[in-house]
Amino acid sequence: MLSIRNIVKQYAGHTALSDVSLEVKSGQIFGLLGPNGAGKTSLIRIITQITAPDSGEVYFNGEKLNQSHIECMGYLPEERGLYKKMEIGEQMIYLARLKGLSRDEATKRLKIWFAKLGMETWWKMKIEELSKGMQQKAQFVATVLHEPDLIILDEPFSGFDPVNAEIIKDEILELNKKGATILFSTHRMESVEELCHSIALINKSHKILDGSVKGIRNSYRNGTYLVEYSGARIAFDGKQPFELVEETGGDDDTHTLKIKLAAANSSNDVLQYLIPRARINMLQELVPSMNEIFIENVNKIA
Amino acid sequence: MDKVLLIIQREYITRVRKKAFIIMIFVVPLLILAMGTVITLVAKDSDNLSDPLVVKVIDKTGQFGEKFKNQKNLTFETTTQSVDDLKPALNKDENLSALVIPTDYTKKDSVKIYSQKKPGITLTSKIEEEMNAIAINNGMLKNHIDTALLHSIKSDISLNPMEITSSGTNKTSQGADIAVGIACAILIYLCLFIYGAQVMRGVIEEKTSRIIEVVISSVKPFQLMLGKIIGVGLVGLTQFAAWIVLSIVSTKIVGHALSSPQGGMMQALTALQTIHFGSLLFYFLFYFLTGYLLYSALFAAVGSAVDSETETQQFMFPVTLPLLFTYILSVTILFRAPDSPLAVWLSMIPFTAPVAMMVRIPFGVPGWQLAISMSLMVVTFIFTTYVAARIYRVGILMYGKKASYKELVKWFFYKE
Repeated sequence: MLSIRNIVKQYAGHTALSDVSLEVKSGQIFGLLGPNGAGKTSLIRIITQITAPDSGEVYFNGEKLNQSHIECMGYLPEERGLYKKMEIGEQMIYLARLKGLSRDEATKRLKIWFAKLGMETWWKMKIEELSKGMQQKAQFVATVLHEPDLIILDEPFSGFDPVNAEIIKDEILELNKKGATILFSTHRMESVEELCHSIALINKSHKILDGSVKGIRNSYRNGTYLVEYSGARIAFDGKQPFELVEETGGDDDTHTLKIKLAAANSSNDVLQYLIPRARINMLQELVPSMNEIFIENVNKIA
Repeated sequence: MDKVLLIIQREYITRVRKKAFIIMIFVVPLLILAMGTVITLVAKDSDNLSDPLVVKVIDKTGQFGEKFKNQKNLTFETTTQSVDDLKPALNKDENLSALVIPTDYTKKDSVKIYSQKKPGITLTSKIEEEMNAIAINNGMLKNHIDTALLHSIKSDISLNPMEITSSGTNKTSQGADIAVGIACAILIYLCLFIYGAQVMRGVIEEKTSRIIEVVISSVKPFQLMLGKIIGVGLVGLTQFAAWIVLSIVSTKIVGHALSSPQGGMMQALTALQTIHFGSLLFYFLFYFLTGYLLYSALFAAVGSAVDSETETQQFMFPVTLPLLFTYILSVTILFRAPDSPLAVWLSMIPFTAPVAMMVRIPFGVPGWQLAISMSLMVVTFIFTTYVAARIYRVGILMYGKKASYKELVKWFFYKE
């Protein structure tokens, strides 16, 4: 759906993006990760055609990005904002019409959305009369009202209370199910694991990692397991087929171990070693979280 | 293009719906109405107050005496009394004056007028006119000039001296020229400021409320800027149209209700009729529109470069300076010398032309000057719009950076 090829963007004094390439497949939820100032917003602004890259190309559905694609995209910027003195209903119809919707169609869809999110009473209100969270909700609706094929959300969950964040998350998933491709930037890693199929990690203007969430996490597996057993504490003598990373005594007679497999061993070897010695409650592989991968990669470069 | 129309529509409707706009529409004609009423009442009163004047003519030459023609509120009476004889009467009646014409009246300042208070300029000029006419007539008779022949010559050459005669009748409407010229200049000056500032405020509003990013992900920055400028400009035109209609209606009402045909208001209106309102309106609209496009683009660029209205000062000053400068010159000097080199130059330079040219137009401006000035206006507004748009497209996305002139130049040269 979206193919970003060798994008370079420089501002006076610093480079925002250097040779960044990405592929976003149709129907995906794609996470654009990176610390503050990494170049996420710069990249998004290039995709939304707010700015143009110094070099490199963006293809949308196989076509070189052009003005006609604007109507296929919905964009929620990180810095939210609407016309303060304008009535919400009117304002959102205006924004939808800028995206090519007719007035009637926009009104019809808006009514559905307002009913869905419990915003019916807001129609005649002005933005300045709403709370921050309510404004964000309205702006989210404005972003997706024209049913774009590609929805670009810059930090979509910032500024929402947990209840509303959950509502928005569900809406994102539903839109995705209906066929919309979603690209969002965030540094909230838990939402990445929950939502994203694929991610790209950008740091200091470079793309340092990309791929499917599962694939990336698997590639960062390092044979660390969490084991919980009941019974008397096992005394390890160094002959066990794993390395002991951490040992925590639980209450009563349950004990928790964090272990790392020695080379060529599998979890079965661990069990075979442990079963005669104690009752196993749990054995769980510790796949690094996106958060850990994120921090590891960002720090590695720094 | 559809999107520009949408933006124009929004900018227009949100402004026209504002209470302030509707109030302005009615307040200004009401003010004009009130002013007209006051002027008419004052004019009427002064008409009633000015008592009939009597001039006793002491004619030592015998050539003038009975030839003075009586006019409204002005009666001439020949007398044989001396000034000293008349003094008690003159002291008693302030509307009485004595005109003494000595035998050597052609000598400078030899004709004297005596009265209790200083005679008004209208009285003295009327007497001077009368006397000159009589003296010339007498002189012709004395030199045996055939008056019939003279009349035929006069009517023969009446085409050429039209300017002289028309400047004679113009004495009243020159005031109208000045009034109309200055009024137009002030109006243009105010409107360029008011609507330019509205464009700037609109840009700042979009920037600070951060909606700008949403909008320019749908339209190009230039489209947004253009839509805003045109939308606000249409608001200005709407206001003018409403004012013109309401003013005409209200002056008609005032004229009808309060003015006798000789009343001050009617006189002012007849004087105004010597001005070609059709062409004046055309030039006014042209200079308002081109001047507005020129300045509002600059105002938009200023708005895009700052984060709040308080920061606009440093950029506003150079933008508004030429306007302010011309405005002050216009209401003090230019109207007195509408064809002076200063006035001509100011009406050519596009940044000062809208104000300076409006002062000159009622006096008549050579066609070639208008042509140069108008084409320069068009060229320059296209140029400033281009420059402003390049600064604007970068500025609207810049936050927290204190923009300097150096920075603006850099923005101008940024690639897309």
